[in-house]
Amino acid sequence: MALEIFHFKGKRFLIHFMKYKFVSSYWLSKLQKKKKIMESECSKKLEEEKLELRLGPPGQEHSSRFIKDESLPSFGYFSSMKSNGNQAHKFPAPEDHLAGSVLASPWAKNHQPTPPSSLQSSEKKQIAMPSNCPQKRTAPGPVVGWPPIRSFRKNLAAPSSSKVASETPIGLPHKVANEKKTVVAEPSVKGLFVKINMDGVPIGRKVNLKAHDSYKKLSAAVDELFRGLLAAQRDYSAGGVVNKQEKEKPITGLLDGNGEYTLVYEDNEGDRMLVGDVPWHMFVSTVKRLRVLKSSELSAINLGSSKKGKTVEN
Amino acid sequence: MMNYFPDEVLEHVFDFITCHKDRNSVSLVCKSWHRIERYSRRRVFIGNCYSISPERLIARFPGVKSLTLKGKPHFADFNLVPYDWGGFVYPWIKVLAETGIGLEELRLKRMVVSDESLELLSKSFVNFQSLVLVSCDGFSADGLAAIAANCRFLRELDLQENEVDDHRGHWLSCFPESCTSLVSLNFACLKGEVNLGALERLVSRSPNLKSLRLNRSVPLDTLQKLLMRAPQLVDLGIGSYVHDPLSEASNKLKHAIQRCKSIMSLSGFLEVAPRCMSAIYPICGNLTTLNLSYAPGIHGNKLTKLIQHCRKLQRLWILDCIGDKGLGVVASTCKELQELRVFPSDPFGAGNDAVTEEGLVLVSAGCPKLNSLLYFCQQMTNAALITVAKNCPNFIRFRLCILDPVRPDPVTNQPLDEGFGAIVQSCKQLKRLSLSGLLTDQVFLYIGMYAEQLEMLSIAFAADSDKGMLYVLNGCKKLRKLEIRDCPFGNAALLEDVGKYETMRSLWMSSCEVTLGGCKTVAENMPSLNVEIINESGQTVFNLDEGQKVDKMYLYRTLVGHRKDAPESNQTYLKCRGDLTRSDHHEPSLNDMIKDMKLKNISGDDDFIISESNNFKLQSQLFEKEEAEIMILKWKRL
Repeated sequence: MALEIFHFKGKRFLIHFMKYKFVSSYWLSKLQKKKKIMESECSKKLEEEKLELRLGPPGQEHSSRFIKDESLPSFGYFSSMKSNGNQAHKFPAPEDHLAGSVLASPWAKNHQPTPPSSLQSSEKKQIAMPSNCPQKRTAPGPVVGWPPIRSFRKNLAAPSSSKVASETPIGLPHKVANEKKTVVAEPSVKGLFVKINMDGVPIGRKVNLKAHDSYKKLSAAVDELFRGLLAAQRDYSAGGVVNKQEKEKPITGLLDGNGEYTLVYEDNEGDRMLVGDVPWHMFVSTVKRLRVLKSSELSAINLGSSKKGKTVEN
Repeated sequence: MMNYFPDEVLEHVFDFITCHKDRNSVSLVCKSWHRIERYSRRRVFIGNCYSISPERLIARFPGVKSLTLKGKPHFADFNLVPYDWGGFVYPWIKVLAETGIGLEELRLKRMVVSDESLELLSKSFVNFQSLVLVSCDGFSADGLAAIAANCRFLRELDLQENEVDDHRGHWLSCFPESCTSLVSLNFACLKGEVNLGALERLVSRSPNLKSLRLNRSVPLDTLQKLLMRAPQLVDLGIGSYVHDPLSEASNKLKHAIQRCKSIMSLSGFLEVAPRCMSAIYPICGNLTTLNLSYAPGIHGNKLTKLIQHCRKLQRLWILDCIGDKGLGVVASTCKELQELRVFPSDPFGAGNDAVTEEGLVLVSAGCPKLNSLLYFCQQMTNAALITVAKNCPNFIRFRLCILDPVRPDPVTNQPLDEGFGAIVQSCKQLKRLSLSGLLTDQVFLYIGMYAEQLEMLSIAFAADSDKGMLYVLNGCKKLRKLEIRDCPFGNAALLEDVGKYETMRSLWMSSCEVTLGGCKTVAENMPSLNVEIINESGQTVFNLDEGQKVDKMYLYRTLVGHRKDAPESNQTYLKCRGDLTRSDHHEPSLNDMIKDMKLKNISGDDDFIISESNNFKLQSQLFEKEEAEIMILKWKRL
């Protein structure tokens, strides 16, 4: 068995180098959708050994049906690549095969493509498909109800940090906790990245606090990060009514309590606080992670410490 | 022979038969057994609360004392079912209360439980002892307060993963001073504060308390006091576990923990400072159950060190931050392991520390008794699954969830058909299977061929054609629950054998190719099935044309027709009405009936629904026959 594992490791290692070549087509295929007519065309395609790629936002149709090339060896490796934890990448223009398909991909907006050249260059990929490859379905970006875990487990990432030492933020468990200092997030020369989650959006993001110097700019950044995602999520849960350019509402009022959403953060002591109360530099030094919560649910949440000696909202 | 025994003797014999399936079988033997079993039945299990009504339950089992009810379909756990779909317990409690049933135990799963129901429950049954709520919602701390205050002989209050609105923590103080009967108290899922003083006093006056699971608001010093007062605990769920290992508090805790020599099950650690795990090492040697799946703070070395102390572990629930190496430690330490669940710690993230096929292979090699698995991983290979199948042929539950739902074998780029095929071929006792990864129709062929004991199958993003579903429906004779999402199964598969659905509890299909017309056809041909359609597009179902695909279809067998409590708001439900009358059915012969039951393995069901249904009410035909003749036929089958 040791040999097997080594073998696995060997293979994986080998593929690691290859992944950059295939990563673009994998990611593209992850987002594409197929209507039923394409299924019959697939057998033709098998003979032609050609893979057509197309894009569409998730949830556009009732059923999510996709074509996928299973010969791409890099499945999953792409998603395991951590580029600042950011899964968003730029995509080339879509093919126009699907009637009504829309490139309003929520991912299209976002920054930091990785690896840049191979993604942008490839529009079509000619890949040999094995003869027994049937047409497959690929899940779109944020899939409702996947992975199949109860909502109880989804919010585990609330840091259960101790009073004594702040342990590693959850979700980065491989980092060794420095128990003397308060390890806030990933500090580096370039930026201070803090995780941020939004109610109703299953995908979390990261925001670079060093790139902003005020709450206002942070609020704008949050809006930019989530506006598209939120619209896509609403689109999806509304059953994907084909709306070419679903009007994306800007997310406002994050700081003053007037908006639909409010920005809160969790500090190095595990307390949940409203963003905007303390001076910016103090905020940056103590923030561990951010959350965008529905303003209507704020009162139900214990803001501030729930530990003894501090006021508690009941 | 048997009919010369007085009823009391038979009743006494039946007392030894506790399993639902067996009791259902017993009730089908002959008229007198049916009668005796009926009156002596105390525990009833109803897998789908809409399959029968409380009135019929009581008519059949007037002596029922313990009722288990399940409401929403399984996929409701993953937000695929609208919150107002149904599953209300209130009507059940109301009817039970009105008919004077001596209810003592109520166990609910995925049901909507209002404060009103809890209050009615607490006031209607004098001897009520045990309330277990799993994945329920709709109630608040006020409902719990009513239970605490009014159930004078309460032994068990077990809340597992419920959505509770517990903004007021007063309910613990509602247990009267006279309440000393508590055996089990689990409120780990509550998010709010509780009255710590009341909790301490409650534990102090509960000498029989064996199981205590706290929520995260219970701090360390309270934990220490509780342990001092309840050293007899067998099952402990720790809330907050945050302390400085050098402090006095930590010392006191260590001392308190060491006194608890009976603890066999440990869970919680909802807030944790992992440096302090050493305090619990003294009790690890006795642990048979360990659930750290809510404790992402424990990982790396701390986690593996902890596990190395737990040599007797039989059940382990953990997060995937344990990594493959950590699973290796499990494999070399926990030789008695039977059940393993590995949950994703970062379900939507990049999962650097997730587990892969390697970890599973290690565990399968090191833990030969493994029979139940739930494994969320980054990837899986056919080779690994084949190895696992060889190492562990005893799987009863095998649920694999590859986080990318259509990922092939990363080594060979092949679908995972062969791997899962090996599992079903090797594990002849497999009852529950969940698939993921890239899968073609082939895997379903294997399942249909080999998974003879399979009762529940969950499929997502798999298969190429209707053939997949057909293989399963034709092959798995004992199938009871089939849930499918995002697969290309359409009307051809759905309509091939609609009679099959009567032998199953339920079928769920969402984001498949089934159309409204197909659903209607099922409903029209099978009056014993409810076919519910959940369309989220906002269109009322009647505006859809029959060729249009339905978003979600949930069909289930029932004896009481359409339910009246389906919601009318944003989603529209269509309850297809069956119009066929029974008059054009010929009365089947005795042999036909028995053959039918044999084929459909009816008596192997833990739902007594089948034995209630008119199709199988054998009284009129069978029971007139000589009982000896029947028994000979039955013994052959049973």
